[in-house]
Amino acid sequence: MDVNKIRKDFPVLNRKVNGRPLIYFDNAATSQTPKQVINTIVDYYENYNANIHRGVHALSQEATNAYEGARQKIQYHFNAAHPYEMIFTSGTTHAINIVSSGYTELLNQGDELIVSALEHHSNIVPWQMLCKKTGALLKVIPMNEDGDLIMDAYDELLSDRTKLVFVNHVSNALGTVNPIEEIINKAHAVGAEVLIDGAQASPHIKTDLQALNVDYYVTSAHKICGPTGIGILYGKETSLKRLPPYQGGGEMIAEVTFEKTTYADLPHKFEAGTPNIAGGIAFGAALDYVNSIGMEYIAEYEKELLIYATAALKKIPGLKVYGVSPNKTAVISFNVKGIHPYDIGSILDKLGVAVRTGHHCAQPIMDFYKIPGTVRASFSFYNTFEEIDAMVKAVEKAAQMLQ
Amino acid sequence: METINAAQEEIVEEFSLFDDWMQRYEYMIELGKSLPIIDPEYKTEDNIIKGCQSKVWLHADLEANKLVFTADSDAIITKGIIAILIRVFSHQHPDAILDADTSFIDKIGLKEHLSPTRANGLVSMIKQLKMYAIAFKTQLN
Repeated sequence: MDVNKIRKDFPVLNRKVNGRPLIYFDNAATSQTPKQVINTIVDYYENYNANIHRGVHALSQEATNAYEGARQKIQYHFNAAHPYEMIFTSGTTHAINIVSSGYTELLNQGDELIVSALEHHSNIVPWQMLCKKTGALLKVIPMNEDGDLIMDAYDELLSDRTKLVFVNHVSNALGTVNPIEEIINKAHAVGAEVLIDGAQASPHIKTDLQALNVDYYVTSAHKICGPTGIGILYGKETSLKRLPPYQGGGEMIAEVTFEKTTYADLPHKFEAGTPNIAGGIAFGAALDYVNSIGMEYIAEYEKELLIYATAALKKIPGLKVYGVSPNKTAVISFNVKGIHPYDIGSILDKLGVAVRTGHHCAQPIMDFYKIPGTVRASFSFYNTFEEIDAMVKAVEKAAQMLQ
Repeated sequence: METINAAQEEIVEEFSLFDDWMQRYEYMIELGKSLPIIDPEYKTEDNIIKGCQSKVWLHADLEANKLVFTADSDAIITKGIIAILIRVFSHQHPDAILDADTSFIDKIGLKEHLSPTRANGLVSMIKQLKMYAIAFKTQLN
């Protein structure tokens, strides 16, 4: 694979920022979009924009076929058993809220939920709201200094009171890949369901949902070269049938009278209203694109970028990397001693390097390390070693200006 | 004490001496070092300005009908920004602070700090300065 050839697929990588070539290292926040995906969106609006599932006319049929075709692509990519187990959502947060909202009716006072210390706020707050409504208790799997979960503590938290465990596949702030197989199997052993937040894993790891035997898996298209505003809630058929619907509206019903409404079958039960049709089709195109590059190649190449960048950054005096698990995706969270991450981020931006600074919506992790936040550089398969060299120089420059 | 407008013009002139962003940032970092630092007793949760990525504490005292601001931040660039604002707004009558426009920020190339995310920082700082002016104005009347 030639990275320079791959880069030609991403129009935005040609642009300049503050007079310098853009170096985009904020891939964990959102990935860039290849022209194959952009063209899919344009093609939809130029040639067959129509509402789906109801029109008898040609355009509606074409749009429905493309949208349902995308659902199938997503099913194949994640190896789910059935296409109707893939519910289109507006993204990961929406998907989590569908499950947490449905669980309101499935929990009793004193039931327990288990979360990890490595979560994004979107996988904490909906569950806190759920606990408040139901009287269920939230337990936390702690982390260690390296950024790994302490699995012995998880064993002790599990009991027959545990109803649901929700953990991210990969930590957005640190890049740690969590041992989700073990988490899932142990939860199942006590009769609990498991939801895995795959938003940070999907761009880097090919996930086999049937092999994992997970109950719910959620992710967003925009992390994996797709557009924003579209994502997936995967649920096992049995789980989704048990889960009450989230929103009422069109599309999600079988029959409506003023006395009673019966809900539609899966997946429509959870897809009220007109969906993001172009987004769904483009999500399918994004998976086609990354599969044409190859998920294994992507994982290997990004690992090389991670090793190279970690070694280079660590040579900067006073630089500390947070999250040093041996199982990591291409994310480096760091600070330079005595300098606020916001200051470094501001100077890097001036030098054309896009990183994220702050608490990364994972305040509990920052509290654990007793820091206000970090600078986070996250890499993708379209990034280069030369860009990493330029970032390291930029961090050195920033440190020199700010110390 | 010079007027708010005169202080703004002076700062615009100083910044016009620099031809690139790096010099402007270096100067801003320098200005941060001259910030009148808030008394530790006022460095409380209540005095933190919300909406900034870095922490900013701001306090005001009334001296001879004029507001005197002190502040601090844990980020050095932010410290420079608040130092510039305090240089403009400190030792002024609450009415003058409330009437002041803040277009000078564009002119010194800090406009990016007004962009939606960061902006929150700078916008919140100005808002908080003006809130103090409103509070003390009531006290004066």
